[in-house]
Amino acid sequence: MADPMRIRARIEGDQCVVRVLIGHEMETGQRRDATGRLVPAWFIQRVTATTGGRVVFSASWGPAVSKNPVIQFSYAGAKVGDRIQVTWVDTRGDRRTDEAVVSA
Amino acid sequence: MPDSRRPVWWAALGGLLALALGTASVVAQSAQETAREIERYREAVADSSPGELWEARGEDLWKMPRGPRNVSLERCDLGQGPGVVAGALARLPRWFADADRVMDLETRLLHCMVTLQGLDPAVLRRQPFGNGEQRSDFEALSAWIAAQSRGMTLAPPLDHPAERAAWRLGRELFFVRGGTHDFACTTCHAQSGRRIRLQELPNLSRPEEARRVLGTWPAYRVSQGEMRTLQWRMNDCFRQQRFPDLVFGSEVSVALVSYLLHNASGAALAAPGVRR
Amino acid sequence: MRRLLARALSALQRTSARALCLVLGSVALSLVLAACVVGPPQTMPREPGDAQRVRAALSASFVARGQAGLDRLEQDLAQRLCSEAEAAGKPLSDDRVQAIERENQALIRWPAAGTPLLGDWRSGERIAQSGVGRQWSDAPDVPAGGNCYACHQLSPDEFSYGTLGPSLLRYAVLRAQMPRTELERYTYGRIYNPQAWLACSNMPRFGSHGILTQDQIRDLVALLLAPDSPINR
Ligand code: HEC
Ligand code: HEC
Repeated sequence: MADPMRIRARIEGDQCVVRVLIGHEMETGQRRDATGRLVPAWFIQRVTATTGGRVVFSASWGPAVSKNPVIQFSYAGAKVGDRIQVTWVDTRGDRRTDEAVVSA
Repeated sequence: MPDSRRPVWWAALGGLLALALGTASVVAQSAQETAREIERYREAVADSSPGELWEARGEDLWKMPRGPRNVSLERCDLGQGPGVVAGALARLPRWFADADRVMDLETRLLHCMVTLQGLDPAVLRRQPFGNGEQRSDFEALSAWIAAQSRGMTLAPPLDHPAERAAWRLGRELFFVRGGTHDFACTTCHAQSGRRIRLQELPNLSRPEEARRVLGTWPAYRVSQGEMRTLQWRMNDCFRQQRFPDLVFGSEVSVALVSYLLHNASGAALAAPGVRR
Repeated sequence: MRRLLARALSALQRTSARALCLVLGSVALSLVLAACVVGPPQTMPREPGDAQRVRAALSASFVARGQAGLDRLEQDLAQRLCSEAEAAGKPLSDDRVQAIERENQALIRWPAAGTPLLGDWRSGERIAQSGVGRQWSDAPDVPAGGNCYACHQLSPDEFSYGTLGPSLLRYAVLRAQMPRTELERYTYGRIYNPQAWLACSNMPRFGSHGILTQDQIRDLVALLLAPDSPINR
């Protein structure tokens, strides 16, 4: 099973800055294993962050993103104690959602 | 939806970096540029390095009852008393009376998994280094334990005769040429300012240089997307030396780690760090 | 003449090693009393049994894997003498230097009479780029590379080169004063077995240790000497 994401959400000025660390192999489909066989593609296709039912970040990814990616984004209108959920879905259809509380 | 979204693509940066490193031989790029890229990546991930994924799993592994005896590692003595993790890395390798030998962090973990949890050492030695989905408990545990010594000063003990003997054996081993290519550690790590292709080679017999690099091990290796321990580093440098396969936790591995970490004595611990 | 040069170089290396040793020696002297109790490891003296412990530790710590058998831990004369001298921080005596260089001269195998020493520089460039071969993770039947770029600058177009060895850029141009056949033989022999010229060289003995074939080495000689090779253009 996939590792939990590490999410940090902090208010900086009038923005909430969110950093998300995702544990994922992000196989490009181009890499060969020790025996020379291509390792099948397997990567996160979509990442979404929501708070109070509103989407504050979303991204579609291809195979060019590194293994164990780190993303950062910010949005306005957050306050301390808000909950933010981040979800990813990969090419195998696996998904994972984790949550963090916005801090000062 | 607010249009104040400003994604910062560290992820993409990591990808680019991996790409740049992977194709270093065809891309015209100076060593300094590579070093600068790594530095930028390091800053970018400073307060959320992928290494944290290993730390989190390591903490769980430490506390989780496992093995035939179904106990956790919380009674494991890393040198500071059973269960004491804070500061343990700063005082390793050391001699342990219960095993009557010098052990580094990973070797001690192996010992605890066997003696406390009843796990089979032969099975544990089969998967000491992670590879994608096959993960290594040693890498996760080492990352978490190392993080509990962050900011402390590296000062492995040299009081016991066995600790001094391990250091001296490590020094001898550092010079041993062999294999098809005549390589010894000194071939690549006994001069300052040299490199292999674009990879800078630290002079590990010089305390200043040893301190600069060894306080950051175990380290997250960007090019592999894995957490790596010094046991892995020893194994992989011997592979480059065209030697046979170095046994995890063996006398040679621990002696070399002792030699290196004593040379780096006084280093500020900042592990898990980030490597190429 | 090249031989003289190489010899002067190795003498130079030996003197600087000796000078270093003297400095270390005097530092060690002033610290040695304290060192006997707690002192910094750099000053911990070698003890008589240390070198012997190495053999036992090595054979207890490795397992054969892939093509890398335990025989790779056995040292030949040069490996043993060079390791010992370097660990002791003492230069090799002149007769040991000569013994190593003589033994290694005798190991060089030359192509059959009439075979040109220059092969194909394009193939040489590929061999110089490739670092595969002889690791336990390498397939044993795949021809090894020379990985010359790991340690040397060669073609001006390749920026990713190491600095453990001297730059070989404009190699033939800079040696234009040397008689051509002599230069060809020197270059072939230098790649086949560097320790025939310089005991304890850090460069692998590509021919004598079966890393590269005679034909591969001829291709590398062409890379270094052919007038149309990128190195000399
Ligand atoms: C053929 C050259 C070569 C030999 C021989 C070699 N190494 Fe290395 N070593 C490397 C390279 C290349 C790196 C990685 C540099 C990088 O990742 O950028 C490295 C890295 C290291 C590091 C980590 C340095 C850091 O930046 O944190 C240590 C420690 C180390 N080697 C120890 C050893 C020891 C001990 C030996 C002898 C058993 C040895 N090496 C033999 C090439 C070599
Ligand atoms: C591990 C590093 C290393 C590798 C790999 C290596 N060399 Fe060297 N080479 C050296 C060193 C160090 C020297 C200088 C000491 C000596 O002369 O032996 C040297 C010297 C030489 C010289 C003599 C230069 C002169 O001025 O006379 C030649 C020619 C040479 N190398 C060619 C090659 C070729 C061709 C390859 C690839 C097959 C190669 N080297 C691979 C380290 C290396």
